[in-house]
Amino acid sequence: MYDVAIIGCGITGAAAAYELSRYQLNTVVLEKENDVCDATTKANSAIIHAGYDPLPGTLMAKLNVEGAALAKELCHSLDVPYKQIGSLVLAFSESEQNTLHTLYERGVQNSVPGIRLLSAEEVRAMEPAVSEQVTGALYAPSAGVVSPWEYGIALAETAVRNGVELKRSSEVRSIKRIENGWRISTAKGDVEAKYIINAAGLNSAAVHNMAAEPKFHIEPVKGEYYLLDKSEGSRVSHIIFQCPNEDGKGVLVSPTVHGNLIVGPNAQHVEDYTDVSNTAQGLQFVKQAAVRSVPSIVFRDNIRNFAGLRATSEKDDFIIEIAAPGFVDLAGIKSPGLSAAPAIAKYAVELLRKEGLVTVNKSCWNGSRKKVRFASLSPEKKNELIRQNPAYGRIICRCETITEGEILDALHSPIPPCSLDGVKRRAGNGMGRCQGGFCGPRVLDIMAREYRVTPEEILQDVDGSYILVGETKQGGNADV
Amino acid sequence: MYDLIVIGGGPAGLAAACSAWENGVRKIAIIERDKELGGILNQCIHNGFGLHYFKEELTGPEYAGRFIDMLKSTGVQVKTDTMVLNVTEEKEVHVVSAAEGYQVLKAKSILLAMGCRERTRGAISIPGSRPAGIFTAGAAQRYVNMEGHMVGKRIVILGSGDIGLIMARRMTLEGATVLACVELMPYSGGLNRNIVQCLQDYNIPLYLSHTITDIKGRARVRQVTIAQVDEQRRPIAGTEKTFDCDTILLSVGLIPENELSKKVGIQLDRRTNGPVVFENMETSISGIFACGNVVHVHDLVDFVTAESQRAGKAAAQYLAGGAPSTGPVLELHNGDGVTYTVPQKIRLEHLEKNAEIFFRVNRICGKSEICVTSGAELITRFPREHLAPGEMEHIVLPKQLLQKCNSGNITVSIKEVPND
Repeated sequence: MYDVAIIGCGITGAAAAYELSRYQLNTVVLEKENDVCDATTKANSAIIHAGYDPLPGTLMAKLNVEGAALAKELCHSLDVPYKQIGSLVLAFSESEQNTLHTLYERGVQNSVPGIRLLSAEEVRAMEPAVSEQVTGALYAPSAGVVSPWEYGIALAETAVRNGVELKRSSEVRSIKRIENGWRISTAKGDVEAKYIINAAGLNSAAVHNMAAEPKFHIEPVKGEYYLLDKSEGSRVSHIIFQCPNEDGKGVLVSPTVHGNLIVGPNAQHVEDYTDVSNTAQGLQFVKQAAVRSVPSIVFRDNIRNFAGLRATSEKDDFIIEIAAPGFVDLAGIKSPGLSAAPAIAKYAVELLRKEGLVTVNKSCWNGSRKKVRFASLSPEKKNELIRQNPAYGRIICRCETITEGEILDALHSPIPPCSLDGVKRRAGNGMGRCQGGFCGPRVLDIMAREYRVTPEEILQDVDGSYILVGETKQGGNADV
Repeated sequence: MYDLIVIGGGPAGLAAACSAWENGVRKIAIIERDKELGGILNQCIHNGFGLHYFKEELTGPEYAGRFIDMLKSTGVQVKTDTMVLNVTEEKEVHVVSAAEGYQVLKAKSILLAMGCRERTRGAISIPGSRPAGIFTAGAAQRYVNMEGHMVGKRIVILGSGDIGLIMARRMTLEGATVLACVELMPYSGGLNRNIVQCLQDYNIPLYLSHTITDIKGRARVRQVTIAQVDEQRRPIAGTEKTFDCDTILLSVGLIPENELSKKVGIQLDRRTNGPVVFENMETSISGIFACGNVVHVHDLVDFVTAESQRAGKAAAQYLAGGAPSTGPVLELHNGDGVTYTVPQKIRLEHLEKNAEIFFRVNRICGKSEICVTSGAELITRFPREHLAPGEMEHIVLPKQLLQKCNSGNITVSIKEVPND
């Protein structure tokens, strides 16, 4: 029997796994997909929010501000791309100026460091590309951009390296109360644990309902995005928000931590928990809203559209509470969930302690991680690395300058990826302007070679996302 | 110190290096990122290459092979599996390879021949889900022709560029069913011969003025919806058709690959997405030349060869130390019906006899005249029976004629001639 089972390995589950890996506990993480961080965590605005949005006194406010500070330290020790570039909320009218004042007051009450209101002139001096119509802004220097999937993967990897067990493609089907704990039936067999952390994101209400009386609903809210070429990456140098509305924080324009420009999201309530399709109307809305902030964006340099689902509940706060004995919900983790994750994890462990979980520190816990990022090294360091291992001299992804050595590192990491996109999320290949057109076949080849499988077995992403259907020269098809 | 470093060992780089050698340049290196020379020709196993240049019909690898053989008789150094990371104005070329590590190579002149890449789904923001089974036509071509893997069984092709058309035939021959080729414009962007030989010969329907409006499937493509578009290229409600398929191939345009050119600060032309070049393929930085698809996307490799030979020769002349140019510069502009011209600038004193001008038209034209004007004055005109955006056009302007252009500007435009 495990001490703790974490259901779901998005950013929240990964942070909880990382937190629990410090202690002498048998912890297991159950993930529905074939990779960690493959849903909401990989498709969002990639922002560490400063914390002026949530209402003072809410859990969200407290955990956002605490989490943002922790994220900065964690990204440093886990070698995750993070840049504290600050954010601006733009106002375009008198009433929006009032909103800025409200946000400023909230920020002060939430103890957000360094926030201040800017005049229109100050805004334009800081950010020349913003619209002439801007009347002022709220500046929050502590906001940052992060690589969200790398952040989640780093947390999960480090947890695994410190002894946490991860079971992938293990969707939870039912949960039963047993003596001293719970029996969890998954797609890959049963698991027993004394405590459960429900970090199932979009499915957190369904998982809650397996163990307790229904209490909340999760409604997926879709957000669509543009990701532009690095040629547009310096269009702005801060995260540019508009005033929030009832649908969330509105459409933002921001450099990404990788140097691209991200534009989005809209907010569309959808029925289907897996519907991450883009729509012509959604993208059109995003484009029109974005040029209101930054009129000069060159959308013809777009390299990818994507959409993600926010796990929104009816409550205007995170749902972090004991749902049943030894069962804690981490649910309704919408924005700023990415920012709050490490603080949510600490808070969840605190709740479990009150339920009787005993946490004793491990004597040999290593909470840090180091990664080779060839492109960012000096020429001397590049040469040293290639001398040690010539695979670092072979560029596989020409757009992002990712070497075979880095791809091999990903394939032999603590959570080996089983798809091209899994490699991409770890090594960064295929993220660039050709979107894997050139390197895709080569990475697939390396994967098949290293994993000793046939090329047909390599997936694009989720289970069933096969890329190749067989060999050529197999003869004609009767229906031609 | 090299006399000339050629970046890219595809058809442009090969022809340019050979030509520079023939014109007396001796210390030449070709830097190629792939394992072997030949570039994209290596995956173009169909025939139709070389009709103009060799007067015979070759496959892509054969065409490349001819130049690789020619290169063998020269002393040109070849560095394969080597990636150029940066180029500086001082003509330093930063390269990296597994064999030799990170190096800075110095050169007296540089020739850019990096070719082009395919536009992706993102560039045109196709709505729908994002499952496996969506390939650019070139990536699929690599899988099928070089790696021996099939990418799908029931296929819809978006875009009617040449690679898409070629792949329609290729996939059919390999046993797949190509359900449709869908083109946004009212005309194909590919060569007419490819429409006939790759679509019509296999009864593959071509839907002109149509686009993809939805893609379904979570893990792998399951269904595609297409719709007709109006004159503003907006989908028309009620015209949707769906296809049950597992694969989408995209042939929606090529973009010259000029990230290195941008880094070194070469002036680019927003119309071609390539460097602005003079009559001899020299870029805005003296001693740096460019040729082939990195300058503008060609229709036939034969024309890449011809252009690259001019560039190689020009590099030789530059190295031989011609006096820096001080004379007048003519600027070329596009008039009605013309998308771009290459070159964009002509230095008369550099011309021997003629200036060769390449361009594309932006619509299908029947009987027409290509008009060359300087200011208000019509300098010359060339009659054509038919013009299409898929085919690169070419005119030759004698030096004598250009010397009369006092305005410093030349405009190339298309005038349709009404049928009698």
